[in-house]
Amino acid sequence: MGLEKFLILGAILFGIGLYGALSKKHAIAILMSLEIMFNGINISAVAFSRYTLPYSLSNEPVVEDAARFILTGHVFSVFIITVAAAEVALGLAIIIAVYRSLQTILITETAELKK
Amino acid sequence: MTLGSGIESSFLTELVFWSLSILIVSSAIAVVQIKDLFRAALFLIVTFLGVAGMFILLRAEFIAGVQLMVYVGAISVLIIFAILLTRDLEDGSPAHSFRIPVALVAITFVLIAIYSIVNTDWSEISAISGDLEPEVIKVFSNAIPSLSKMLLSDFVLAFEVVSVLLLSVVIASLSIVRER
Repeated sequence: MGLEKFLILGAILFGIGLYGALSKKHAIAILMSLEIMFNGINISAVAFSRYTLPYSLSNEPVVEDAARFILTGHVFSVFIITVAAAEVALGLAIIIAVYRSLQTILITETAELKK
Repeated sequence: MTLGSGIESSFLTELVFWSLSILIVSSAIAVVQIKDLFRAALFLIVTFLGVAGMFILLRAEFIAGVQLMVYVGAISVLIIFAILLTRDLEDGSPAHSFRIPVALVAITFVLIAIYSIVNTDWSEISAISGDLEPEVIKVFSNAIPSLSKMLLSDFVLAFEVVSVLLLSVVIASLSIVRER
């Protein structure tokens, strides 16, 4: 029951983040919910890396560079963290620019393009 | 041998897992429920710390360190800065009027995910267990050299693209927030 526990935890985190991202009006609250979703995905990726093997590797237990197959989830997780950091930096820059010009960052009131 | 029944299925690791997951889930719920954004950001830091502990439990110490440095060290500071710069909104972080249907959508998603996770036969992709365990433990305890080799051989294209992405994000966010 090792893998399932972590996958369920990741799914619950993703669900909480989904609720927050869809139900909040404040742009920073939406960004924070997105971060919770990213964390759920990261837990799933690392759990897969810990508890599963690719099919080709499982047939011959000792392969020369087994790390290349086993640690793929870790590499995915590193990339997810990097892209999340980039996204937050850009998102907060946009939020500050919007706040400067409109004096609000509630997403229901920043619908300038609709008018 | 069944899934994950290696040296990790002791009582202590079970205890750590359950307390960490209760901490993570409750603080994540606090992030999406608390009206005051600053307190929500503090609970977000608690969530990040709990997830870092979860990575250590999964034998991913390097990822846990990256999580601590990037999320706890950088992203939360950025978020708190942005909250403080835009603080004079009076009513905190209100929710939409349709939060009940959104909650139903999220709960349905979680239930479907849990159903499919529980009903999947994970032995198809061959759990790491049994006589493979010591080999794998060796890989995990020596992860950083293998990770650097992988980043510069198998994943070198993604690595370069990410570096270009980071550079462009730095330039873009500087030019967006610059006073004109």
